[in-house]
Order: sequence, then structure tokens, then C-alpha cells
Amino acid sequence: MSVMHRFANPTRFLRIVELLFPWVAGVTALLTVVGLYLGLFVAPPDYQQGDTVRIMFVHVPAAWMALFVYAVMAVCSAMSLIWRHPVADLTAKSCAPIGACFTFIALATGSLWGEPMWGTWWVWDARLTSMLILFFLYLGYMAIWEAYDDPTRAARAAAILALVGSVNLPIIKFSVDWWNTLHQPASVATMSGPKIHSSILIPLLVMALAFKGYFLTVLMMRVRSEIIGMKVRRLRLAVARD
Amino acid sequence: MRALLALLVRDLRLAIRQGGTVGMTLGFFVITVTLFPLGVGPELELLSRIAAGVIWVAAMLASLISLDRIFQADYEDGSLELIALGPTPLELVVLAKALAHWLTTGLPLLVTAPLLAVLLNLPVNGFVALIAAMLLGTPALSLIGAIGAALTVGVRRGGVLLSLLVLPLYIPILIFGVAAVEAAIGGFVVAPHLAVLGGLLIGATVLTPWASAAALRLALE
Repeated sequence: MSVMHRFANPTRFLRIVELLFPWVAGVTALLTVVGLYLGLFVAPPDYQQGDTVRIMFVHVPAAWMALFVYAVMAVCSAMSLIWRHPVADLTAKSCAPIGACFTFIALATGSLWGEPMWGTWWVWDARLTSMLILFFLYLGYMAIWEAYDDPTRAARAAAILALVGSVNLPIIKFSVDWWNTLHQPASVATMSGPKIHSSILIPLLVMALAFKGYFLTVLMMRVRSEIIGMKVRRLRLAVARD
Repeated sequence: MRALLALLVRDLRLAIRQGGTVGMTLGFFVITVTLFPLGVGPELELLSRIAAGVIWVAAMLASLISLDRIFQADYEDGSLELIALGPTPLELVVLAKALAHWLTTGLPLLVTAPLLAVLLNLPVNGFVALIAAMLLGTPALSLIGAIGAALTVGVRRGGVLLSLLVLPLYIPILIFGVAAVEAAIGGFVVAPHLAVLGGLLIGATVLTPWASAAALRLALE
């Protein structure tokens, strides 16, 4: 509890971010290089899909991140509503565009993958559709931030919306089990352990970590600029008052 | 309880006396459905295949465009503030107002839907499922919509924002609403789809009062 309140001080938060940032960015760059090398050169081509299967190393981590970022956003929103935590507000706000980008990447690479595999750019299958809905949820969340003039009110409205939207997250996750359609059913996180071979699983997991690192890096940059933006706004208001 | 009943009666009376808002919503519903045969062509076979989906989508849009009636007018003339200051919990007020919205929007849509289904050549064995699904689905539309309406109350150009916020949340209702009708037409069991719709309705009944009341308190600050 007290730990959390320590981070509620934007200046202290900024100092920690400054300290961590080069490390996180460096590890992310390293993981990306290693993951891409493993995925593009070491992993064997699929016996049916050939080299097309390598799209998976971008597609699957992006799809995971799309959901993960929404979860982070929802947790930050809950924190901001319950404890009026100012950094949590800005973190949730900064999450949204990143999550929307991951969702878009998942949709776009899925489309590029679908063309050679299914013979069509788009199928209205459960998972694709729920990803598209997730993308709309991100857009709505970003729009509500823009709609209010007062940032503190916008923060609370957006937090309520994010929590309402997070009810949709489990629906998206389990939609695979609800409608068993064209898209292949979940094959990594099944009850009986991973079903794919380690030569593909390891690059996939490295890429997943790289994506997570990228999220952290960009999130730090965005939260930092949000905090600075907040300070600038306060200074301007103070100047205008005098 | 009596306060809520009075609020419900007041909202119904306002909706009926305020120059045919009910009629306008119904008109929108009928016209939207009429556009589809003009758009996709008059073949009865094609129409009977898309009938359930078209009716559901049109019902959703009709429900959506009337959402601003739930809180907006009361917010503008200040009565929402008075209601919020009163002893009745805001959560229950939200439920009463959502119920009033359903009685003046969802229920008329439900009554008109079979007529439009005839126009779109919906197979006869789908009618009961359509009505049952709409009976469970349209109240959920009003409830989920009340969250969006509360979030956009007092926001400039709230209407467009409202549709962006609410329509994605409507999608599960659309999916299971149409699935119920198609199951009935195909001769499959309808009950599971109706059970999911009922679950969505119960979930919305639980979630809406909290979310809407929080949003309204924010708007009234």
C-alpha cells in the first residue's frame, strides 16, 4: 500500500523511470534481434505452410500484447478510480494507443497470413472479429479522453469505460472455445501443456518477451511525456491566473 | 420504491407527451429495415437468410439513437441534479430510467419486429425465437446503453462518441440474438442461445447501475 503511494508522486516516478529506461530499452533491442534471428533463420519452415509460418512470430505476440495491454489499462483504471492515483491515470491513458497499435498489427499480419493460407484476406471468424472489437474498444477509450476538456474528469470517465470494456476481455479470450471455426484453436496455453515443437516455441516466446519489453519502453516514454505535459499545463494555468 | 415508481411513470409520461419520440424511434426502425431490400435486391430467398440479422442491427441502431433521452434532457434542465440530491440511490434511479427507456423503445421494437420479419420473408419457425431473443436482448441494450449515455452526458457532440462507445459492447447481444433465430430456423435447440442472452441481461443489470451511477456523479460534480 505505502509502496504504491510512493509511486503516486510523479517526480519520484520520473526519477525511477529515468533510472530503468536505458536498461529496459537495451534488453528490448537485444531480445528483438535474437527473436528475429531465431524466427527468421533458425526456426524450420512449416511442412504445410512453408516460410509463411514465420508471420506467426509477429502475429501471435502482437495478439497476446493486445489483450495484455488492455488488462494493464483496466488495472490502472481501477487503481485510478479507487485511490485517485495520478500516475495510474496517465499510465492507462498512455496504454491505449500502444494497445491499439498492437491490435492493428495483429489484425494486419493475420490478414497477410490468411491470404496464402485460407485464400482470403479476411474471414469473419470468432477470433478475428473479437480482435476487431478490441480495436474499437481502444478507439472508444481514446475518443473519450479527447471528449472532455478537464483532464481529471476525462480520466475518471475513461476509467469507468475501461472497466466496463474489460468485461469483454474474457469473452474475447474464450471465444475460441465458444465458436470453433476456421481459426486454429488455442495451441500454446492448453491444459495438457504446449502442443507446438520447441524449435518454434522458443523463438515465439523470445519474440513475446521482446514485445513486452517494447511495450514497457514505449509506455515509459509516453508516461514521461504525459507527466511533463501535465506540469506544463499547470504552469500555464498558474501564469494565466497571475 | 414509491419514488422509483414515480420516476418511471414520469419518464414514461414525458416520452409519450414529448411529441412522439416513441413514434420516431419506430419510424427509424422501419425505414432502416426497408433500406435493406432496396440495397441487396428483392430476392425472397436472400432476404429470408439475412432477415434476422437485419432486424437485430436495425433494432440496435434504433435503441442507440434514442439513448440520449435517458439522461440528457434531465441533465440539461437540472432535474437530474435534483434526483441525485434526493434520498433514492442513484444506482436504482439508473435502473428505473433504463426500464423506462426499454418500455418506450425496446418494447415497441419488439412488437413491430414480427411485422418486419414478414416483410423480409423470415421462415415461420423463426418467429417465436426472434420474439423470445428480443425480449431478453432489448432490455440488455437499454441497460448497456445507459452506461454510454451516462458517460457522454454533458459532453459536446456526445452522440457520435456514444455510438463509438456503445456499439462494440452491443456485439455479443447481436451474435446470440441472431444465433437463436438461426438455430430455430435450422431446427436446432434454441434454449442455449436464449440462456446466454439471459445471462448477458443479468450481467448488464448488475454492472450498469454501478457504472452509470459513477459516470453520472462525475457529470454532476
